[in-house]
Amino acid sequence: MKRMSITEKLAVNKYELDEGHPHIEVKNEICARLCKTKACLFVCPAGVYSEQDGKIVADWAGCVECGTCRAACPEQALVWEYPRGGFGIIYRFG
Amino acid sequence: MDEKVDVIIVGAGLAGCAAALQLAREGLEVVLVERGPYAGSKNLSGGVLYGRVLEQLIPEYWRMAPVERAITREVVTFLGEDTAFNMDFRNPRLAESHNAYSVLRGKFDRWLADQCEEAGVMLVTGIKVERVLVRDGKAVGILAGEDEMLADVVILADGANSFLAEQLGLRPRFDTAHLAVGVKELIGLPRETIEERFNLSGDEGAAYGLVGYATRGVAGGGFLYTNRESISIGVVMHLDEVIEHGIKPAEVIEDFLAHPCIEPLIRGGKLLEYGAHLVPEGGLAMLPKLSMAGLLVTGDAAGLSVNNGFVVRGMDLAIASGMLAAQTVLQAREKNDFGEEAMRHYNQRMEESFVLKDMRTYAGAPAFMKNPRLYHQYPQFLSRLMSGIYQHDGQPKAHLYTLALHSLKESGLSVLDVARDGWKGVRSL
Repeated sequence: MKRMSITEKLAVNKYELDEGHPHIEVKNEICARLCKTKACLFVCPAGVYSEQDGKIVADWAGCVECGTCRAACPEQALVWEYPRGGFGIIYRFG
Repeated sequence: MDEKVDVIIVGAGLAGCAAALQLAREGLEVVLVERGPYAGSKNLSGGVLYGRVLEQLIPEYWRMAPVERAITREVVTFLGEDTAFNMDFRNPRLAESHNAYSVLRGKFDRWLADQCEEAGVMLVTGIKVERVLVRDGKAVGILAGEDEMLADVVILADGANSFLAEQLGLRPRFDTAHLAVGVKELIGLPRETIEERFNLSGDEGAAYGLVGYATRGVAGGGFLYTNRESISIGVVMHLDEVIEHGIKPAEVIEDFLAHPCIEPLIRGGKLLEYGAHLVPEGGLAMLPKLSMAGLLVTGDAAGLSVNNGFVVRGMDLAIASGMLAAQTVLQAREKNDFGEEAMRHYNQRMEESFVLKDMRTYAGAPAFMKNPRLYHQYPQFLSRLMSGIYQHDGQPKAHLYTLALHSLKESGLSVLDVARDGWKGVRSL
C-alpha cells in the first residue's frame, strides 16, 4: 500500500460536520503559561492540533472522537466534548 | 417535559444494548439513548469478540448477526526491525465452538440495537446526554438538550470517556498510566486474497497480536484481524509512554503498515476507514465506583478490560456487565427499591461473575505488560537467535546453546532477566 498522509486518511471517513459549533476549545492562556509537553500536538491520531503563531489551534472537523487529547493534556487546557448529537464522525465499519 | 420510564440507558454499544435487551424482554419500559445517528456509529474496536456470553441473550447469535470471520488461527508475533517471529496456533475446531468472531462495530452494534427495538426498547439516536439528574443523592433521570427524562434507574454505558461517570464523581479523570490509545485502519481486500494470504478456508479468520517493533518499543502492541472482505489493523500504545517519548501514534501505525513483514499482508488493499479509540487498560487499578443510588456503570465506562498479552478483551466484559446490570434492576424492582444498597447488588454480581474474576486473575498483567524488555530486548533476541540458526555463510556454526547465550547478550539481556521475567509472567498472566 502506498503511504498516505493523515489528511488523505481522514478524507476516507464519513463525517456530519456541525458547522459553527466547534466541540473543542483550547485555552491558550493556560497552554502559554503552564504547558511544556504540548502533548496534543503529537498524541492526536487525527492530527487535529497544530501550532500557529505560537497558539494551539484545533482543526476539530477531522476529530475521530477518541478523547486521547483530553486525557493527555497535562494542564486540562482542552475543553473537549462530544459533538452535538448526530454530528461528528460516523463510523460505517468501526 | 417530565416523562418517566423504568430505565434509561446511555449509549447503544454492547453493554447498553445487552442491558436494554434483557430488560425489555422482561416487559420493562426502556429508553436507550445514543448520541450517534445510529447505534454503532461512534463505536470502534479492534475487534475480536469472544462472544460466548452473548449466547445467554441470543442463542446462536452468529447465525443472524453480521459477524465477520470465526477465529481459528491465533498468532503472536515478535516483530523485530525487519523480522517477525510467529507463534501460530491453528485449531479449525474453534469455529465449531463459536469461541471468537471478528466484528465491525458499526455493523454489529447496529444489528444488536435492532434486536433491542424488536424487543420493545425505545431507541433514541442523535441525542447527546449532557447530565445525569440527581436528587437527594439519587440518580433520577437525564438531561439532554432542554429535555429532562426521568427513570427509576439510569445505566451508564457511555464508553471509555464516560463524561457522566466523571461528572458524578464515580471516577476521577483517568490517569494516563491506565490508558492506551488505539489507532486502527480498515483495509479492503477481496475475499479470496484474504483467504489465500492467511491460509484460511471459508469463513475462518486469523487474529494476530504483535509486540516489539509494532509500537517502536513502546508498551502496547499491534493487531491484525481478518474480516470477510477487509483487514482490521492497528496499534495500541500506553498513553503515558507515548507522551513521555513524544511519539506520534499516527506515524507509528503508518510505519507498522510499511514493515517488511506486514506490508505483504495488506498489499494492494484500499483504506476504507481510519479511526481511534481510547482503551482503558489499567484493569482493577482503574475500576470506578460501579453503582450509586439509582445508577449503574457498565462496559468501557467502568474501565472493564483484560489484556494478558495473548488475548485482549473488552467487548465480552461489556456484554456481561450490561446483563448483570439488567439483572440487578430486575431484582430491585421486586421491592421497588432502587437505593444505594439495592444497586450495590450489581457490584456483588460483578464480583461473582467472570468479569471481575478475570480482571482479578490478570490483575498483575498491566504492570507486567509495562516491562520494556518485552518490546525491545526480547523481539531483538528472537530475531538474532533465529537469524543465527538459519543463516549459513560458510563459517562453522556455534552450538545452539552458545548461540542463544550470545543472542541474549547482544540484545542486552541476562539469563537472570529471562528467569525473572519468566517467573513474573507465569505469576501474572
